[in-house]
Amino acid sequence: MSIGHTLLGLLESGPRHGYDLKRAFDEKFGHDRPLHYGQVYSTMSRLLKNGLVEVDGIEAGGGPERKRYAITEAGITDVQRWLATPEKPEPYLQSTLYTKVVLALLTDRNAADILDSQRSEHLRMMRILTDRKRKGDLADQLICDHALFHLEADLRWLELTTARLGKLAEAVAK
Amino acid sequence: MTPTGSLLIATDLRKAYGPTTALDGAEFSIHPGEVVAVMGPSGSGKSTLLHCLAGIVPPDSGSIIYNGREMATMSDTERSALRRSEFGFVFQFGQLVPELTCVENVALPLRLNGTSRKEAEKTALGWMQRLEVDDLARKRPGEISGGQGQRVAVSRALVTSPRVLFADEPTGALDSLNGERVMELLTEAARSTNAAVVLVTHEARVAAYSDREIVVRDGKSRDMERVV
Repeated sequence: MSIGHTLLGLLESGPRHGYDLKRAFDEKFGHDRPLHYGQVYSTMSRLLKNGLVEVDGIEAGGGPERKRYAITEAGITDVQRWLATPEKPEPYLQSTLYTKVVLALLTDRNAADILDSQRSEHLRMMRILTDRKRKGDLADQLICDHALFHLEADLRWLELTTARLGKLAEAVAK
Repeated sequence: MTPTGSLLIATDLRKAYGPTTALDGAEFSIHPGEVVAVMGPSGSGKSTLLHCLAGIVPPDSGSIIYNGREMATMSDTERSALRRSEFGFVFQFGQLVPELTCVENVALPLRLNGTSRKEAEKTALGWMQRLEVDDLARKRPGEISGGQGQRVAVSRALVTSPRVLFADEPTGALDSLNGERVMELLTEAARSTNAAVVLVTHEARVAAYSDREIVVRDGKSRDMERVV
């Protein structure tokens, strides 16, 4: 996920302080990975440098400097472009697993064990998500469903690879 | 999970259909209130395992102990009584009697056990409420959707308050939304009555409703909790 674009998108509804941005991000998108303040400020200074945001005001006070940021026209165009561009399909973890399976076959280890353990690990995560989905609201359900479908795709790959281990072993032995 | 305290334990199950080996030393155990997914590719032996555990098909060798009793030592009549009163079944297709209304279908296992019609239908309606299909009570299976039919079938499987529910691909014929709702309601209902659920599935999203999984491959089973 692009943090810069997400923070820009959050600024579209009105200027905010860095702290407010972090809180909004964490509430909406950061259930598992809340942002660090450092991430927020480094991202904002990059956006500032690129002209996608501007400083709308600085609050004086005893604490650290509190800048209020506003999105620029260029920033809005950038968010729009990001939203309109489909994400590249990620290779996820197949390449790593494939490497492990092939290495196991090459070194006479049990490749099916690697795949079984991975399936179990995937299912463990799917149980957590299914449980969260069951207890959550519609937003939680949709977010969990997305993750579940991706994990399921990985699992289908694991099943297919398991079914083809014999052929794969012949192929890598050549 | 150790077999200690298990409700149903199978060891070294072997079963062949002619020259084809279906089970080749499979093991299984389940505790009350536990949902165990039996996974594996088509033809791996997972349905045969379920049929043996439920006493529908006798294994060629090996032991199945239900509630402390070896099933092989039971008479056919005893095994049938066990299936009627202590086990519940949900399959993928065609379980409802088309001539009966939905509530009559759900009440059927109780009627077969000698419960009066009135009492059986009252209990049946209670289960249909839990599965959110009580409004279909007077309809016949031909008049309802696949997802609704499956919930009626789950109600029927649970109506005798079985101690073990055997579900073989219970959502195999449903779309994902209906399938998940059936799984949610099925597991909720089973957990609330402390029933054990043996869930045969090849779908990971369905297996995600289980507490743990065993994998069957070439007639051999693998308890993933003991491996990982």
